[in-house]
Amino acid sequence: MAKYMILIYGDAQRWGAMSQQEENELHEAHRAFRATAGSRVLGGDELAPAPTATSLRTDGATGKLVTTDGPFLETKEALGGYYLVEAGDLDEVIALAGRLYEVSAGHSGVEIRPLVDHG
Amino acid sequence: MTADVVAAVALAHRREWTRVYAATARLTRDLDLAEECAQEAYEQALQTWPTTGIPDRPGAWLTTIARNRALDVLRRESVFRRAMPLLVTSESMPGPGDIDDDRLRLVFTCCHPALSPDAQVALTLRLVCGLSTAEVARAFLVQEATMAARITRAKKKIAAARIPYRVPSPDQLGERVGAVLAVVHLIFTTGHTAPIGARLVRTDLVDSAIGLARMLHLLMPTEAEITALLALLLLIDARADTRVAEDGRLLLLSEQDRSRWDGGQITEGVGLLTDALRRRSPSRYAVEAAIAAVHAEASTWEDTDWPQIVALYDVLLRLWPSPVVQLNRAVAVGLRDGPQAGLDLLAPLLDDPALATYGYLSAARADFLRRLCRWPQAVAAYEEALTLTDNDVERGFLTERLTEARGHGHPGQQ
Repeated sequence: MAKYMILIYGDAQRWGAMSQQEENELHEAHRAFRATAGSRVLGGDELAPAPTATSLRTDGATGKLVTTDGPFLETKEALGGYYLVEAGDLDEVIALAGRLYEVSAGHSGVEIRPLVDHG
Repeated sequence: MTADVVAAVALAHRREWTRVYAATARLTRDLDLAEECAQEAYEQALQTWPTTGIPDRPGAWLTTIARNRALDVLRRESVFRRAMPLLVTSESMPGPGDIDDDRLRLVFTCCHPALSPDAQVALTLRLVCGLSTAEVARAFLVQEATMAARITRAKKKIAAARIPYRVPSPDQLGERVGAVLAVVHLIFTTGHTAPIGARLVRTDLVDSAIGLARMLHLLMPTEAEITALLALLLLIDARADTRVAEDGRLLLLSEQDRSRWDGGQITEGVGLLTDALRRRSPSRYAVEAAIAAVHAEASTWEDTDWPQIVALYDVLLRLWPSPVVQLNRAVAVGLRDGPQAGLDLLAPLLDDPALATYGYLSAARADFLRRLCRWPQAVAAYEEALTLTDNDVERGFLTERLTEARGHGHPGQQ
């Protein structure tokens, strides 16, 4: 078995503009996903919207810590949430992640990243 | 070392590499180690067969040697190897129709959609077909070091992301067969008209593609899309020997000696196509094979059933809407209704970014303009087509046509 991170990306504006009914649908879909995935889901959460992010870097010239408002990478598609899952191989994760609501929502999708096993 | 043995080893490489390598890879669960062991088995054959004789089943002999080597290495290096990510295999998952074949596992791993199309093609040629990295690099016009890096990166992803070494489950099989066929088709088209070089055809790539399609058809005979692709490749390849004249000049379909087309291959292709069409509604490859069959069955160029070909392109456009299909349809319409009709249909394609560097669009326009005796425009179109191919045989043909058009355009300068 190996661990994978499923990163959920999408258009933050579209997420922000969801109606109450759409939000309920989304939450229901995730409850159903967790029920299907069972013990393969080790963790997972929805992230607060990208504008709430804070990024830290060290300024190359001054060597000082710089705190900035917003996500580390400014992209149209924002990271909206994640699942940490355990599976036997990539095909199993693809089959699992393919069920996620965001994969079929049009403006969003998921990225699957294997975790490095340090033994 | 006798010539017989060298020839037998070469034949065994061509015929049995996939089987030897795939069976070894399942044991080692490490694509690189399997490669070393399979190569060593072929070297061993060169040394041993002159004294022992060529075995009755060379593939089985080579597989045994390769797997024994692998077992030795695994025993010796077990501690070190355990630290490496291994291929994920499962013995319990039988393939479609209970086919549990190492060659299929290998093909599906190499053509996994989680790998980039470039990487899929490179891995398939290198590992499934047994081409050297230098050969694969030449086929795709990149430096050998670049290709080696691409292959290494892909192997690392297979291990790190745990792309499994097995035949996909039934619910994933359809999509995954499609990915495999796209790779086989791309290998064939790259070989059929090499993008660069002195020769029109890269026979090694064409043979690799047909060999892959045959193997897939053998292992999954009820998958109609595979059957259709094999039919398509056989029908097109049946004309291979007539595409270039003895003096090296490119011969168009209209000029080829049809009596020299491979009748056996055409019969086989038509039979396969008929079988594929009985099994399911036509796939993209089935329609393309049907178009090739209409050409194959016309005894002369003049007998070609252009209305039928246009109708098939209409079907193809619905299944596979692509500017290249639109271009081919326009050419067929031009041959059915005359050059002006073809030219009119090509006009809207000139702005399509997908065709911006596609030489056949310029060449098709040039040909229609030539037929309409619009010489200055034909000259410009031939010049454009010449900038878009680096294949010597195609360049020779276009240069000849360009000279002819220039002669007409400036009669005083002839």
